[in-house]
Amino acid sequence: MQSQNTSLWKPAIQSGLIAGGVAVLLSLVGMVATFNQRFIISGVFSMGQVIFLAPMLLMSYFFLRKTMALSSQKIVLYGLLIGVMGGLVLVLLVLLGTNFNLQAMFINSSSKLYDILTFNQPLAPGLMILLALSAVMGVLASGSFLIPPRISAAVIQGITWVLLVGLLRDLIITVTSRWGPLAGPVKSLFAVSGLKPLGAIFLFALISGLYYWRNGKPVSPAQKPTQTKDRSLLFWAKWAGLIILLLLLPPILGIFFSDILDTVFMYILMGIGLNIVVGFAGLLDLGYVAFFAIGAYTMGVLTSPELNADPMTYWQALPFAMIACVVAGLILGLPVLKMRGDYLAIVTLGFGEIVRLLALSDWLRPWFGGSQGIQLIAQPVIGNMVLNTQQELYYLFLLGVGIVAFIAWRLRDSRMGRTWMAIREDEDVAIAMGINHVAYKLMAFATGALFSGIAGTIFAAKLQSVYPHSMNFLVSINVLCLIIIGGMGSIPGVFVGSLVLMGSPELLREFAEYRYLVYGALLVVMMLTRPEGLWPDARRKLELHEEELEAEAHVLAEAETSAMKSAK
Amino acid sequence: MAILVAKGVTKRFGGLNALSKIDLEVNEKAIYSIIGPNGAGKTTFFNCVTGFYTPEEGVISLEGQNITGLSPDRVTHLGVSRTYQNIRLFKNMTAVENILVGMHPHLKANLVGSIIRDRRTVQEEKESVEEAKRLLQFVGLRGKGDLMAMNLPYGAQRRLEIARALASRPKLLLLDEPTAGMNPSETQEMVHFIRRLRDELEITILLIEHQMRVVMSISEKITVLDFGEKIAEGTPVEIQNNPQVIEAYLGRGAASGLGQVQPVA
Repeated sequence: MQSQNTSLWKPAIQSGLIAGGVAVLLSLVGMVATFNQRFIISGVFSMGQVIFLAPMLLMSYFFLRKTMALSSQKIVLYGLLIGVMGGLVLVLLVLLGTNFNLQAMFINSSSKLYDILTFNQPLAPGLMILLALSAVMGVLASGSFLIPPRISAAVIQGITWVLLVGLLRDLIITVTSRWGPLAGPVKSLFAVSGLKPLGAIFLFALISGLYYWRNGKPVSPAQKPTQTKDRSLLFWAKWAGLIILLLLLPPILGIFFSDILDTVFMYILMGIGLNIVVGFAGLLDLGYVAFFAIGAYTMGVLTSPELNADPMTYWQALPFAMIACVVAGLILGLPVLKMRGDYLAIVTLGFGEIVRLLALSDWLRPWFGGSQGIQLIAQPVIGNMVLNTQQELYYLFLLGVGIVAFIAWRLRDSRMGRTWMAIREDEDVAIAMGINHVAYKLMAFATGALFSGIAGTIFAAKLQSVYPHSMNFLVSINVLCLIIIGGMGSIPGVFVGSLVLMGSPELLREFAEYRYLVYGALLVVMMLTRPEGLWPDARRKLELHEEELEAEAHVLAEAETSAMKSAK
Repeated sequence: MAILVAKGVTKRFGGLNALSKIDLEVNEKAIYSIIGPNGAGKTTFFNCVTGFYTPEEGVISLEGQNITGLSPDRVTHLGVSRTYQNIRLFKNMTAVENILVGMHPHLKANLVGSIIRDRRTVQEEKESVEEAKRLLQFVGLRGKGDLMAMNLPYGAQRRLEIARALASRPKLLLLDEPTAGMNPSETQEMVHFIRRLRDELEITILLIEHQMRVVMSISEKITVLDFGEKIAEGTPVEIQNNPQVIEAYLGRGAASGLGQVQPVA
């Protein structure tokens, strides 16, 4: 063990350098400067600072977690080392940037960036602060291994909540402003941007205190519902609560945040559809936006008075749009049935582009409006009410998501889902089992296309117009990313993935600029550390973590036998 | 009464004759073996019967019905089922799910039924799960239904693969080296098990096998392939004494006595 410990200096230095490198990268792409305006704790601590200091903290934490069983002295030393190394890399950047003009290559290498990195101090003391804070970050991470787990867990919770609440200030203030007597106290916690220092301390104390108290409480047996009747009651109560909350969201959130919610739900709608194609049947479809476009354009062509002497209403056109999408799904499905894996992905990619280019073309301008798109698309009317605000359209999205999620869930747990899974696992054997792979693949394509098309019709109705450029290839990629991040084949995963990938860039406008950078990094990190996704399908989790689970079971069994031995 | 008849089956890959003019007749409820050295075309023949390959010449018929050139899923629907030389289970599905997929030809649940879960679909699902459990018990995997296929031990995977093949209620079962990689006692068990399949379920069995002890003890009739050609056919005793077979297995000259083998220069 001793020799192993001494040989850890090198990897520790490496980790520190990597952390520093990440911090430099984040600074040079401009994230630090962009986020510096957004305070977590007003006037004290900004998101920009979090961005360049967090790499040290996280790297140190993961490094120490990986190398267990060190003496406490070593833990602090390694943490310190990683922090200092990372800090040194940043110091190097500041020295380079202030002495040479790097702007020719790195446009964000401005004096503003270096002011931020030196905390608006003169160079020498600024660098000392930078280095010291980096070191503190490293040591902070090691601290979490030294103090009792109950305390460290509470502290981590406290810090996470302060970060989140500080970032989501606008959302929280909007939501709580309708809470009457509570609105005032909540608002007093916040400054113009982020939390007030006192507010932050209060929040930290509250959250970590609560967490500490709850963790210490022994779980009383009465709390666990033992009877199945109780459990099913609890189950229904949870669902009912969730549905009521979902129904109440628009009035709580207000117009601006309802609009974000609409986007999130639109992507959930598409995500559930693509999840059937990619997650269940294993057919990688990169041209998924095509069906969204077909849904939106069918709605446009049939209901816009621009193109139509006798325009339909939304509800009249909806079945036609749905049929068009299913047919398109079948048309795409037929030629690609023999293809697998990469080839399928490329062909579907082409299909997506063809649809967009057809919509854009001058040749079809009389029908699809070319680059001008289609305007004056009908909005859904229920009774005498026109659904035209973001809040009203949310209910349409919600209804769509509800129906589609239900269908996807039922299909997954049926003969259909099993058959798709078998095709995904081994197509040849599936065929040998008597499965007509043509029919089942087409069914997956058509179902996925239908769901995407429904999203398209609501999208068209929401904007009352469609343009070819909103049928971008990136829409397909977004949907695919949210499935992967949420968890392939998992229905709740689509919700989580969409909320994270679609919601967060809208909530934090600064993020939008770095959206794809963050997606890329997130995808890489996810694949390395959590390939099953944020909310994985139970089965997927088993597939990917079988060994760990087995090892765990082994350890448990061993512990049991040794306990039995000692009992004897 | 012959259940499977092959007449003049020829399969070419480019210039290579993987099978040339194979004639074969398998009687109902027989245990029939195909043997031969590596690359003799045994698995190719299986692939022709199950529809994965279409032979260039010749006719294969099942119970008098021509099945040449039918797609594999059609052939399965007609009552042919198979296992693979290297086990090909759906690894990330549970044992019961594997069998349920095998039952595919008999299930009727469709898209709409699966979504609304009408009484018939629910009933069918319940019955098929019960049948899957019965099949598991039949192959000696009782209580292992919820385990992932890939977590089963090797022998159990072989059995599960057979259970999956049985789930389609075949008339003809093609077993591709079912005892590959097994130790003598496991092999003995498998031999018993194959006999039971025939005796209790009354399934005709076509077998590819390398272990001579298994082949000779279990088969009623044997066909020997070598370089894609049928070189012999007969009962185990006939095959054991056939000079051509011995030559194919042991090399030229072996049949006429070991003493006279010319040393290779």
